[in-house]
Amino acid sequence: MSLDTVPKPIAGTSTFLDDRIGAGNFLKRNLRKVFPDHWSFLLGEIALYSFVILLLTGTFLTFWFKPSMGEVVYKGAYEPLVGVHMSEAYASALHISFDVRGGLLIRQIHHWAALLFVAGMMVHMLRVFFTGAYRKPRELNWIIGVLLLTLALLEGLTGYSLPDDLLSGAGLRITEGVAISLPLVGTYITFFLFGGEYPGEDVISRFYSLHILLIPGILLALISAHMILMWVQKHTQMPGKGRTETNVVGAPFYPTFMVKSGAYFLFTFGVLALLGTFAQINPIWLFGPYTPADISAGSQPDFYMGFLEGALRLMPAWEINFLGYTLPLSVLIPALVPMGIIMTGLALYPFAERWITGDNREHHLTDRPRNNPHRTSIGISGITFYGILWLLGANDEISSTFHIPLYTTTEVGRVAIFVGPAIAYFVAYRMCIGLQRRDQETLLHGVESGVIKRLPHGEYIEVHVPPAEDLAALVQGKKRIPAIEAAPDGEGVPPKGMRNPLGRLRAKLSETYSADSEAISLDGHHGDGHGEGHGHAGVGAGDETKAIGH
Amino acid sequence: MNSITARRRHPLARYAVLLLALSLLGGVYALLMPGGDRADAAIASGKADDVAAGKELFAAHCASCHGLNAEGSYAPGGASGPSLIGVGAAAVDFQVSSGRMPFANPGPQAPRKRPPEWVNPETVKQLAAYVQSLGGGPTKPSLEAVDPAKGDPAKGGELFRANCIQCHNFVGAGGALTYGKYAPSLEPATPTQIYEAMATGPQAMPVFNDSTITPEQKRDMIAYIVGVRHEPNPGGNGLGRIGPVTEGLVAWVGGLSLLIIAAIWITAKKRQVNHD
Repeated sequence: MSLDTVPKPIAGTSTFLDDRIGAGNFLKRNLRKVFPDHWSFLLGEIALYSFVILLLTGTFLTFWFKPSMGEVVYKGAYEPLVGVHMSEAYASALHISFDVRGGLLIRQIHHWAALLFVAGMMVHMLRVFFTGAYRKPRELNWIIGVLLLTLALLEGLTGYSLPDDLLSGAGLRITEGVAISLPLVGTYITFFLFGGEYPGEDVISRFYSLHILLIPGILLALISAHMILMWVQKHTQMPGKGRTETNVVGAPFYPTFMVKSGAYFLFTFGVLALLGTFAQINPIWLFGPYTPADISAGSQPDFYMGFLEGALRLMPAWEINFLGYTLPLSVLIPALVPMGIIMTGLALYPFAERWITGDNREHHLTDRPRNNPHRTSIGISGITFYGILWLLGANDEISSTFHIPLYTTTEVGRVAIFVGPAIAYFVAYRMCIGLQRRDQETLLHGVESGVIKRLPHGEYIEVHVPPAEDLAALVQGKKRIPAIEAAPDGEGVPPKGMRNPLGRLRAKLSETYSADSEAISLDGHHGDGHGEGHGHAGVGAGDETKAIGH
Repeated sequence: MNSITARRRHPLARYAVLLLALSLLGGVYALLMPGGDRADAAIASGKADDVAAGKELFAAHCASCHGLNAEGSYAPGGASGPSLIGVGAAAVDFQVSSGRMPFANPGPQAPRKRPPEWVNPETVKQLAAYVQSLGGGPTKPSLEAVDPAKGDPAKGGELFRANCIQCHNFVGAGGALTYGKYAPSLEPATPTQIYEAMATGPQAMPVFNDSTITPEQKRDMIAYIVGVRHEPNPGGNGLGRIGPVTEGLVAWVGGLSLLIIAAIWITAKKRQVNHD
C-alpha cells in the first residue's frame, strides 16, 4: 500500500458523508479560507474562548448550586460560619468551595473567565474601532458586538449576585436602587423583579434563570451570528505589501490558522487555570452571608461595572421633588448617562462617520490609527472618560492606599470627568499628526542607515536609505479621508441638502474630519512645508544628500 | 394634720420639698451606681505609686498637648489635645501601646507607629493609672477577657459584620473615611488593643460600651478577627483581601497581558533575510 492511497475506513466514511450532506464541497471551499496574521486579530478570540470555558465551568457549578433564598443553618466544612443562618444559595456556594472536590478551582476559573471575557471583548472592540474595521460592510457585525458587550455586563451582574454573599448583596442593593429610581415605573419594576419588597425571596432564582439560560442563550446566538458574518464578509487586514481591497493575505484556515487558533484556546485555558489556581477571587466565605443591614468598606463591583460605580460616587446629591414625587437625579444620571453615552456612542459611530464623510465605499483594508486623527482622538477621549469613571469607582481604595483624602478624589474626579477627555482629545490629535509627519519623513528622506559620510568640504552627514518595501507599503497605505461635496457652486449656492442648519453642520463636521488628510501626503510627493530647492529630494544609498532641518 | 396643712403653705416649704427630693435622688443614685470612687479605680488599675510615677511621665510626654492636669488644650494650628479626664486606663493603654500617642505630627488622624523608647508595659501601666485616677473610665481588660480561644468566632463574625466592616472591611483590612481619616487595618492590633478600641472609641471610631456589646461578645469578635487573620487563603494569593479592585487589576495586568504576549508569539513571523 502506497502513501498516496487513502485508507479504506477514512475513504469510506468521508464518501458516506459527502454523498449525503455534501460536506466535501463545503470543506473544500472553507478549509482554505485565508486569515490574516496579526496578533491583534486574536484579541476577540480571548473573549470567544473565555466564553467556551465559562459554559463548561458554569455547567459544573450548576450541579451543586441551589438558587434558593430559603434560610438554612450552615453545617459545612468552613468552621467560622458553622451555625450561622444564611440562604441556601450562599450555603451551596460555600459547599462548592469547600466540600466539592475541585469546586473552588472551577468556581475561581469561572470568575476569572468572566473577567477575561469582558476584558477580551473590550480590547477587541478597541482594535476594531481604532483601525476603522467597523466600516461598510461590517456595521451590522459591529452592532452585534455592542449588543454582546451590553449583554455580557448584564450576564456578569446576574452572576455576581447569585452566591448571595455580603458583597453580591451590595451589588443587588444598587441594582434595586437604580430600578426604583426610574420615574413612574420604578416601583413597579422593582416589585416585579424582586417579587415584592427588597430583597424578597425570588430574586436569586430569577437571576439564576437569566444567568444560566436566557442571557447565555442570546449570547451564544449572537456570537454565532458574529462569527458567521465575519466568515462570510472575510477578515479585514492591515495595509501593506501586496494587500488590496480585493484580497486577503495570510495563512489558510487549514492547517495553519486552525493550529494557531487551537493553540490559542489552550493558551487562554492555561492562563485561566493559572489564575484560578494561584490568585484567589471572590472569597465569599470571608464576606459572610447577605443581610440588608450589613455593608463592608471597599464594596466594589467586578471591574466591568466599575465605571457605573464611579459615576455614582462622583455624582452630587441632586434630586427634584415635585408634587410629592421624587426624581433622584443622583442615582438616575450616573446609572443611565455614562452607559448611554458609551454604548449608544459605540453603536452609532459607524453611521455617524458615514454621514459625516459621505463615504459609502466598502473597506477591507484597515486604517492605521494615526491616519484618521479625529476618529483616534474621539476613541482616546472615550477611553479617558471611561477610565476616569472606572478609576473613581475605586476611590476609597485609592484614598486609603495612597493617603489621599476621600473627598479630594471625588472633587478632582468631578473636574477631570469634563476636562480629562478634552485634554486627551487634543493630545491624541497632536500625536497622530506627529506620527504622520514622521511617516512622511520616512518616505521622503528614508531611514537612517547608521553610515556616517564625510563630504569633500569636510561636512559629515548620515546616509539615509529608502525604507524597506514592507515598511514603505504600510506607510503608503494611508488613504485620504473623504469629505462630502459642500462647496458652493459658481453662483455661491451650496449643494442641495447643505442649505439647512443640519446640512451646514454636516458640511462643517465633514470639513474638520477630513482636514489634515491632504496636508500630509504620503504618496511620495512633497506636501506642505517643502518648497522646491530645499536641497534634499530623492534619497538613495549613494546620493550625496542630507536630511537635516526637521 | 392641722399643723402640716399650715406649714405646707409656708413660703419656704417648696424649697424644703425640693431639697428633700434632690437629696433622696442623689442618695439613691450614689447607692445604686458604681464609680465616683477615684481612689479605688487607681488602686484597681495599679498601685498608688503608679499614679505618682504616671503623673511624672504625663508631665514629660503628654502635657504639652493635653495640659498639665490633662484638662486638654486648644491652640489653632498648634499643639492641641482633648481633655483626658474620664477616658480611662484602657484609652491610655490603647493609644500609647500602639504608638499612636504621643502624636508625632498634627494631622487628621494619629497613625499606628513604633512606640518611642520610654514606652514599655511598666510605663504604660503607670501612665494609665494616673489618667484613671483623674476621672475613672474603662480599664484595661484582663487577659482572659480577650482570649481568642475562649470566644465563638461564628457569633463574633456576625457581630463583626454588623458593627465593624462598614469601615474596617470584611477581614479588617481597613478603609477610607472622610477628610483624610481612615479606618486602620486590624492586622497588627493585639486582642487587648481591639478590646480597648471598642471600649474607648479612639479617634473617628464610635464607642461600643458594655451595654451595646457585652464583654463576652467582644471576646467573640476578637476570636473572629484574630482567627480570620491567621486563616490561609484556600484559593491562592489573597490579593490583599480587599475585594474586586485588585482582582480587576490582576485580570488586566496579569491575565490579559499574558494572553497578548501569547498572541504576539504565535503570530510572529520569522523576519525574512534579504539576500540581494
